[in-house]
Amino acid sequence: MTGPFGDIWVYLSTTPLLWLTGTLAAYLLGVTLFERAGRNPVVQPVAVAVVILVVVLLVSGTDYDTYFEGAQFVHFLLGPATVALAVPLFAQWKRVSRSVLPMAAALVAGSLTAVISAVGIAIILGASRESVMSLAPKSVTTPIAMGIAEKIGGLPSLTAVLVILTGIIGAMTATPLLNLLGLKDFAARGFAIGVASHGIGTARAFQVSELAGAFAGIAMGLNALATAVIVPLLVRFFG
Amino acid sequence: MIAALTILLACQLAGEVFVRLTGLPVPGPVMGLVFLLIGMAVRGAIPQDLRETANGLLSHLSLLFVPAGVGVILHFERIGSEWLALLAALLLSTWATIAVSALVFVGVSKLVGDPDGEPPAGDGAE
Repeated sequence: MTGPFGDIWVYLSTTPLLWLTGTLAAYLLGVTLFERAGRNPVVQPVAVAVVILVVVLLVSGTDYDTYFEGAQFVHFLLGPATVALAVPLFAQWKRVSRSVLPMAAALVAGSLTAVISAVGIAIILGASRESVMSLAPKSVTTPIAMGIAEKIGGLPSLTAVLVILTGIIGAMTATPLLNLLGLKDFAARGFAIGVASHGIGTARAFQVSELAGAFAGIAMGLNALATAVIVPLLVRFFG
Repeated sequence: MIAALTILLACQLAGEVFVRLTGLPVPGPVMGLVFLLIGMAVRGAIPQDLRETANGLLSHLSLLFVPAGVGVILHFERIGSEWLALLAALLLSTWATIAVSALVFVGVSKLVGDPDGEPPAGDGAE
């Protein structure tokens, strides 16, 4: 590019401003489409935003590191947002504390199912070892899953992508799947989506009810712990 | 809002320090969540400011996953050659996990007689 626009591009492409704005704008567009579609979970805002941003990065010839310099401010908020889950959890504490046993049982069963089924299917279908190891922690929130993948010989950045796809799949399909199973208990529904699809699933649960959201949030936190313990152990025994 | 953000960040910081000092296999932010929970339990209430800021952050929780998701751009080649195995593993495993977790939750609720769970079949005693 030449002329004044070329100069402006050179300036913008070296500051975090452009891709921070781009990330928010793409997500906002995703949310707008979601609302326009009557809040249909199939129009998943994260999926829309990722597709838009990938196309824009490819067309403009921007590499991921440059993009991430701007987007890191959004990424950083994952930490404080995890802490903030304590607020709905406290608000729903009376209800949550009555379900300690169901939560413990569902956590162990769900966490094992998530790891073993993902790894098993990938091995049967001939995925490479790196991909299999990157898949193992896919149901856990991004920064924690990346840490687990690194320990067991997966690729952290691939894990991040698989984690987000898992979240998108959960957010899109949990409602029809749980309806199909005939489950009406919002505590169970929220907990299940939190175990299977972490923060993106939790965001979806909050759209349905605060009770489901609170259970999804606690499931997301608990499964981060459970998977961090289970995956390295399984790899040690079967790896 | 600033006070609430400071509380959230301070809890996360305390969580990260605690995890590193003790060597626990717990993620720092999750430990921070526990600290904030204890703080609210001691106080006995959620400060209004904290409630608003937390709800603001959580209402757009999924936005925070967008930057990592765009990282798909780094893995087109691998995804292109292994897409069937990856897609099948993600879809089937996510569905199995949701179904197993929800069914076990409901089953154990019935077993221990949780009054808020789904009522046991054929038992109108509540």
